[in-house]
Amino acid sequence: MALKPEDVKSIAHLARLSIREEDIPTYADNLGRIFDFVNQLEAADTDGVEPMAHPLNMSQRLRADHVSETDQRELFQQNAPQVEAGLYLVPKVIE
Amino acid sequence: MFDKTLAELSRALEAGETTSVELTRAFLERIEKYQGELNAFITVTADEALAAAQEADAKRAKGEAGPLTGIPVAQKDIFCTAGVKTTCGSKMLDNFVSPYDAHIVEKMNEAGMIMLGKTNMDEFAMGSSNETSFFGPVKNPWDTSKVPGGSSGGSAAAMAARLAPATTGTDTGGSIRQPAALCNLTGVKPTYGRVSRYGMIAFASSLDQAGTITVTAEDAAMLLNVMSGFDERDSTCVERDVPDYTKTLNDDIKGLKIGVPKEFFDDGLDPQVAERVRDALKVYEGLGAEIVDVSLPNLGLSVPTYYVVAPAECSSNLSRFDGVRFGHRCDDPKDLLDLYTRSRGEGFGDEVKRRIMTGTYVLSAGYYDAYYLKAQKTRQLIAADFTRAFEQCDVLMGPTTPTAAFGIGEKVDDPINMYLNDIYVNGVNLAGLPAMSIPMGFVDELPVGLHIIGNYFAEERMLNVAHRYQQETDWHKKLPSKFA
Repeated sequence: MALKPEDVKSIAHLARLSIREEDIPTYADNLGRIFDFVNQLEAADTDGVEPMAHPLNMSQRLRADHVSETDQRELFQQNAPQVEAGLYLVPKVIE
Repeated sequence: MFDKTLAELSRALEAGETTSVELTRAFLERIEKYQGELNAFITVTADEALAAAQEADAKRAKGEAGPLTGIPVAQKDIFCTAGVKTTCGSKMLDNFVSPYDAHIVEKMNEAGMIMLGKTNMDEFAMGSSNETSFFGPVKNPWDTSKVPGGSSGGSAAAMAARLAPATTGTDTGGSIRQPAALCNLTGVKPTYGRVSRYGMIAFASSLDQAGTITVTAEDAAMLLNVMSGFDERDSTCVERDVPDYTKTLNDDIKGLKIGVPKEFFDDGLDPQVAERVRDALKVYEGLGAEIVDVSLPNLGLSVPTYYVVAPAECSSNLSRFDGVRFGHRCDDPKDLLDLYTRSRGEGFGDEVKRRIMTGTYVLSAGYYDAYYLKAQKTRQLIAADFTRAFEQCDVLMGPTTPTAAFGIGEKVDDPINMYLNDIYVNGVNLAGLPAMSIPMGFVDELPVGLHIIGNYFAEERMLNVAHRYQQETDWHKKLPSKFA
């Protein structure tokens, strides 16, 4: 499957990844080969097969909806690139 | 003492032949001596280790020691460790100091084990050679021009050179078993849900499982006794009692039915590896086991299925790395989109980006049914093959890898070739089964592993089967001469 540079750019955009212009041909080639490889699955007969939802066919365990975590905001924000007054800072979103 | 098993060290501590401080110093010295050559560690926590060792010795003096108290361990850098840098092998987390401990780290600390440091790994556990680490490739102690395998390559190299008496790993598509095979070690991947994934940085959540890389199956049993069990913080962790895995190790295996899937002996398998498997099966026949021919007709679909399911889940899991709350942030973002894309573009390496993009594509509108849904159906076929095979036998056996360790740089430009190295191990993760690799001899002076697959939650039996082989053979005792 030959991927065009625009395809690579569009996938990278969906994935929110910046990629360098000069790396695009390599991604196009690698991803194309990966898609060709996984396309083998097309030939498998899966008529009437239920898609697997859980490796042990178990259903999701639920818990009561109550607060179980303590507030550790300061500890967690020590890893943040930029905080102010307990808030995470990002570039201006609304003009 | 460095070449002793966990079980032997446990007895030596109990008998007062050594102390935790002495052991910890000895291993820290070995790390210092060989780290430059092997690059097995990302972080070494020497001061914390020595302080913890003193505490362990004090605990022992008071008669409060358990079987693992005072024994050093190295943790794969995918496990969060409170107050210690946890990188997952990525530039993205090069500045991340975990605010909490992973479940298994907590359990090992409670047992009094001493963490020596964090081992190197493929970035976000995506790789089979430990070459995708931001912190550089790890060398195989058996031949430093070869890869140690991956993604738990740092743990395997550290174990093989005896820089630690025990290490942990994670196995999403063979990341414990493949490096264990290439480094002459015992690597165990428990049943999906047996060990809590809490605090283990997620790659593909329906496949990820924590396990061990050790010298012997007995050592693995001792560690799994501590690591396994229910934890409500992991929603897929199974509520089920944990047996004492050390109690059944010596059980008789007379009449054991060993299924040998013919698909494991395909054209890609090095004939010398096939011969080692046949030798190992003879040892089992000598112990009274019976060999049964079985078939896993859909095994050939496992790698392509894996490379849809795992990237899809990874693209979702890794969306949390956005440069806002933790991890790498680019300089001077001009707007929010620029912040996301450049932080992620700079923070992730090539293989991780490739997998995120693969996953994004297979989940995108118009392609979801053709790829993801189809793969979850073929996954069902693969799992059903295993279920059918287990109607005829107690365990399955075959080679862990098609060949012994390959050269550093040899497969790095060919992702498909690299992926196919995991052809015998991927299927187990798709099915959620427990499996392990144990040393079974050498091919051209490089170690190769015997793959043992158990039925769901039959870790007890699997460890018993491995232990009996290790009582008959001494492959697992062999050390690379340079590090002996």
